[in-house]
Amino acid sequence: MNKVQRISLIAGVAGLALCLIGVIVNPAQFFRSYLWSWIFWLGLSIGCGQVLMLQFLITSRWGFLTRSILVSGLRVLPLMFLFVVPVIAGIPALYPFAMPDVVRESGALQWKAPYLNTTFWLVRVAAYFLIWWLIARLLCKWTDALDRTGDLEYVMKARALSGPGIIAYSLAMSFAAVDWAMALEPEWYSSIYPSFYLVGQALAAFALVIVALRYLAEDPPLSDHVTSKHFHDLGNLLFTFVILWAYLQTAQLIIIWAANLPREIIWYLNRTVGGWAWLTAALAVFHFFVPFFILLSRKAKQNARKLAVIAAFVFLMRLVDHFWLIAPAFYHDYEQGMVVSWLDFAAPVGLGGIWVAYFLQQLKSARLAPGHEFELEQSLQRA
Amino acid sequence: MSLHGLIAEFENSEELLHAARSARAEGYRRFEAYCPEPVEGLAEAMGLKDSGVAFAVLFAALIGAAIGYMLQYYALGLDYPINTGGRPLNSWPIFIVITFELAILFGGIAAFLAVLILSGLPRPYHPVFNVPGFERVSRDRFFLVIESADERFDEERTRRFLLSLGPREVSEVAD
Repeated sequence: MNKVQRISLIAGVAGLALCLIGVIVNPAQFFRSYLWSWIFWLGLSIGCGQVLMLQFLITSRWGFLTRSILVSGLRVLPLMFLFVVPVIAGIPALYPFAMPDVVRESGALQWKAPYLNTTFWLVRVAAYFLIWWLIARLLCKWTDALDRTGDLEYVMKARALSGPGIIAYSLAMSFAAVDWAMALEPEWYSSIYPSFYLVGQALAAFALVIVALRYLAEDPPLSDHVTSKHFHDLGNLLFTFVILWAYLQTAQLIIIWAANLPREIIWYLNRTVGGWAWLTAALAVFHFFVPFFILLSRKAKQNARKLAVIAAFVFLMRLVDHFWLIAPAFYHDYEQGMVVSWLDFAAPVGLGGIWVAYFLQQLKSARLAPGHEFELEQSLQRA
Repeated sequence: MSLHGLIAEFENSEELLHAARSARAEGYRRFEAYCPEPVEGLAEAMGLKDSGVAFAVLFAALIGAAIGYMLQYYALGLDYPINTGGRPLNSWPIFIVITFELAILFGGIAAFLAVLILSGLPRPYHPVFNVPGFERVSRDRFFLVIESADERFDEERTRRFLLSLGPREVSEVAD
């Protein structure tokens, strides 16, 4: 773990250093690459929080063993809040609603101005951060106390918060997805769009949990508890969310295709011109069909090593999907085709390295053995 | 009266699991377990091979998907082509829904039929029905039958083996 942490920290610092060069050399591109990377890595912590709350609500076999992983992921959230600074600095370069020339030309933007303006945008971001942080703070405090004292009172507290908590997290993330990403193409809208992020974040969190559990299960204390059944459960959940992602993408495509309205199809046109068409097709194949057919097999889900490879691959596809959701918004030059900058690699690696290093730091001090409620569950089953 | 096999009666699923594992370790291959609830790990303990249901479902679902797609493509693209708002005749996003639904329908029917056929159902008569008290298998008793057709079956030895597993009772199953 120490070695992985050191490597991620070095990768993170190197990536951010490259980003710093990017700020000087090509600031416009830096802001674009940074935005989607930041949304992804912040979203990973939010996904961990969502799955953690789900785990508290349904008390599952896989949940007892993965709680410390999820809590560690959630603890990175405040650090990711700090990394919003470059996005705020980049508002005038990123968002059409903050470009006076663009707003003057666009009736839609003028009409939306009471909602889509820089001041209100900043107020809303603060509100999202506050909601996420408050709930995360309480969940972390209670799981800490639970691990220390074994008092099951804390499980009941966390469970009581988790129901409203999931709703609050999802609502805040839905609005955030509109503000951070959909506002890049402000004349286009889709009510399915925010759920791409919600489902994607949960999917990324499950992929992270599977990879982390595969390595943690090699040593005690988890090696005494983790069996192929747990990986089977987690594999099924990964499978479910891969399908859910494809379902939402297809639903939006069918609706927009059927209506065939110019202001709606622009989103797909931006993602199917030039090289973008290949990226779109590649996502359909590698984000859905490949993991789908592999995960159909029960053997693949029960084998920790195989499942971890698939999960890592899905995780990578989540990154590509974020690039695909956000980057095409900036290219309206159909002659030019797809542009992938070196900053589109430096920014995710930089933020990701920091995320993983901090996550592992939390995991090191976490109580990895299954929670106390697991022991209770076991004794209930025996009785 | 010919003998179908010997039956041992257990009170809970752990005993049945243990019995199935032991029977397999002992070298028995033709034995059957009966239980009132699904017992996790029983199929592995008995060494059951993949039943083929999953493959049948996948195969049927792919056929269903192909039929669903071709049906729409033939009707709207070949037999009576209609230009709907300039969309291509092979308007695939619209075809996805019915393609998917037919895949599910075919897969579902295949699963139903495959389970019936592969497990030999419907079957109105089975020798285990002759065992007194066997009806409790649908309530609170677990049974393991070692069939006389097994190569290693020997009435005396098999009876002793079953008794060593600590059942409530071991009795004969008349054919």
